[in-house]
Amino acid sequence: MATVTERAPASNGLRVGWTFDWVESFLFVVKAFSAFVILWGLIGYIALASSGEALTGEALRDLIVAGVAQGSMYGLIALGYSMVYGVLGFINFAHGEVFMSGAIVGYFTADAFFRTGMWTNNFYVSIVVVLLAAVATSTALAVLIERIAYRPLRGAPRLIPLITSIGVSFFIQNAVLGLTGPTVKTYPPLTEVGLPEWVTGRVNFGIFAIDGTKLIAVVVALLSMLVLYQFVTRTKTGRAMRAVAEDKEIAALMGINVDRTIVTTFAVGGSMAGVAALLWAILFRGVNSFTGFLPGIKAFTAAVLGGIGNLVGAMIGGIALGVFEGVGPQTILFGLRWEVPLWLGLVLLATGVLAVVSGRARGTSRLYLPGAIAILGGVAGVLSWSQTIPGLFQIKDVVAFYALFLVLIFRPSGLLGERLALEDRA
Amino acid sequence: MRNKRFRYLLAVLAAFALLAAACGDGTSETTAAPGDTTTTSAAPDTTAPPETTAPPETTAPPETTVPPSELGTVEVAAGEAIQIRSLQAITGDVSFLGIPNQRATELAILDYGQIQGHDVNMGQGLDDLCLNEGGQAAGQTIVADTQVVGVIGTSCSGAAVAAAPLISAAGMVMISPANTSPALTSDLQGNPGTDFNVGYYRTAHNDLFQGAAAAKFVFEELGLTTAAAIHDGDPYTNGLASAFRSAYEALGGTVSVFTAVNKGDTDMTPVLTEVAAGSPQLIFFPIFPPEGDFIVQQVGGVSGLEDVVLMAADGLLVSNFLALPESTGMYFSGPNTNFAAENASVTGVTPTDFLATYESTYGEAPSAPFWAHSYDATIMLLSAIDAVAVDNGDGSLTIDRQALRDELSATSGFAGLIGSLTCDEFGDCGSQEISVVLHEGDADATPTNVQFSAGREDLLPLITGG
Repeated sequence: MATVTERAPASNGLRVGWTFDWVESFLFVVKAFSAFVILWGLIGYIALASSGEALTGEALRDLIVAGVAQGSMYGLIALGYSMVYGVLGFINFAHGEVFMSGAIVGYFTADAFFRTGMWTNNFYVSIVVVLLAAVATSTALAVLIERIAYRPLRGAPRLIPLITSIGVSFFIQNAVLGLTGPTVKTYPPLTEVGLPEWVTGRVNFGIFAIDGTKLIAVVVALLSMLVLYQFVTRTKTGRAMRAVAEDKEIAALMGINVDRTIVTTFAVGGSMAGVAALLWAILFRGVNSFTGFLPGIKAFTAAVLGGIGNLVGAMIGGIALGVFEGVGPQTILFGLRWEVPLWLGLVLLATGVLAVVSGRARGTSRLYLPGAIAILGGVAGVLSWSQTIPGLFQIKDVVAFYALFLVLIFRPSGLLGERLALEDRA
Repeated sequence: MRNKRFRYLLAVLAAFALLAAACGDGTSETTAAPGDTTTTSAAPDTTAPPETTAPPETTAPPETTVPPSELGTVEVAAGEAIQIRSLQAITGDVSFLGIPNQRATELAILDYGQIQGHDVNMGQGLDDLCLNEGGQAAGQTIVADTQVVGVIGTSCSGAAVAAAPLISAAGMVMISPANTSPALTSDLQGNPGTDFNVGYYRTAHNDLFQGAAAAKFVFEELGLTTAAAIHDGDPYTNGLASAFRSAYEALGGTVSVFTAVNKGDTDMTPVLTEVAAGSPQLIFFPIFPPEGDFIVQQVGGVSGLEDVVLMAADGLLVSNFLALPESTGMYFSGPNTNFAAENASVTGVTPTDFLATYESTYGEAPSAPFWAHSYDATIMLLSAIDAVAVDNGDGSLTIDRQALRDELSATSGFAGLIGSLTCDEFGDCGSQEISVVLHEGDADATPTNVQFSAGREDLLPLITGG
């Protein structure tokens, strides 16, 4: 556990006498309070669950599975953010719209098949064509954006393509709105198309039962991730991408066509978004011109959560984020309504004070954070602190972004660490 | 160093202790509505309550006599038109609601004809954008013109929350054909809503009636005793879901889960899992697309909800939602739109006549059911102006603003397309006819299989607990 002052050694020398470091203190408060709320929620959840007031195990399992499925989609989209960041060093905010365009074109293809009866009679051919249409659209759009909006800005300060990407994002959103209207377009159903029963029902793995569609989403996402990973690590193009990410000038000196490599990066990111679009169609079915926005932001969060520029990190960040936001409200936030028994509050208070005092006596600050948490818990317990939060799922996004916030204050480079080019490490 | 660090820690902990103490009462404020003033500061809120049929019970404003000059008058010079305004959601994805309302106002002005030799001018139709900001901006535009007598609008309760205080403060009146939030009028038990403003009236129903009708249908007709309610945080959906809950509990039912989705969410599994934990027999979710779409599509995949009955409100009575195979078999509550053919307005127009004129004028049928409420609102306003306008003998008219409010507040048994209109002291003038329909799978038309209908007299006891 990082301590308050160790994190800013440079400022120690400047302190004269009794000065108060607001930033460090604030971070300490945030850390202690976050850890306190999370611990409280978790313990509360367990206590409530054991008395049968919280979710059943079955429901919790469903939540986790739904979170993993949603999260693997975030992960797939996050790959696009991460790859572009790795190579060009800016966030391509239009990537959510690349995903949405794939889903919209996929819808029109699927709907055309459905109207002609092809969807029902020849489902497998239809779904492959829909996949190809979605992937082709997303890939083409990603490449087009790179060519029109970003390449002319190559060499400009990084803030400029970043702002451009926000403009591109709004442009695509509203262009699609104008072309297709504001209504939600619903993909044709997967029932009655001759699919094996497990796809539309549930798959049993011993104690674990998963919705077929969710299983497909997770498996396809992981497979895509695997293929991409092999592509980046094993092929010549992949090596070129990594070289460009490392240092564009030296890569160019080594005979790598930097522009082409960057286009490839956008294309690969776009095709991953296309795959995600199809999974979206299977899982949620409804799309409109704003469908890309929130998943885009979440995927960006996932990319940062896992460590931006890091492909495995993007996938893991996505899944983690999906699970946090799916499970968090119903466990940790729900657990906050638990009232701690008075005796436990007193014990906690005593332990906390003891920890701080003994930490001070031994000259170590390592016990301060747990001590602070215990004291908070103790005070809360004595006051019988319990919070019932109405409409838990309305603050699902808060949970997601708070998770990002926490990861960043405890581990600024993300779960698996950033992969940055040389110039960024300086 | 150690000492210093320890002191930081103590300061931090002290802060936390204060924080924990502040949070210690264990309750969270859940019902605070966005608008927190009961009346505008500028509006003289001493308006005498109208002589309503139901005697005011508790907090009726004192019966002071306001000198007519207090709100001022509008002078309409000879040959000039009387100015009213239309404020509806006419662009964006809620325009399907606002456009027919504006058109109905246009037609009503034509049908009513001149008022004491003066034309009535609606001006350019204003847009409330179905947003608080839209209501604010349009409200400011309206009050800048002191010749304006009254406003027909808004389409959305959220826009009215911002527009009504401005219009009220300017001494004008506003009659909404489509706002249903109880906050804009009253709780029907004599207490003004949090966003009530003097001079605000509406011909749309109060959602307390819709919530009560839905609850009555579920409890008495379907015989279900456990339900869950889901809203999306919007004042309309939250208000309606809450109205359903209180009426359902008053009947003896149990609302086992009362929760909300997040606008923009697609994965409803978590919220449905929470709902399933309460084992409801029915889910009432008066929300909008696309969240409503995701709920019906995903509800089958959540264990424990395989046989649950689904019910929504007028927000989901739209063709895209009805086209979903999963929405077949659902119930919907909403205003009664099967207006009796003999409901003639004071202009002599019946619903059938109106629809014929509408279709021949605009080339399509109205896209939302509040056209009749808009027509009635406009005719009500024009009749009231007609009643209070004083001809000065030189061709000019004087319209006293306070007299106009008194006239509207005193509306009783006024013949409208939606039925008989009687205003209560907080501006609820609608017929309050609610019906529940069953969607039988015909995606092309609004469901017409009426399962249940109820009006003011059936529902009021349930709301007031009387």
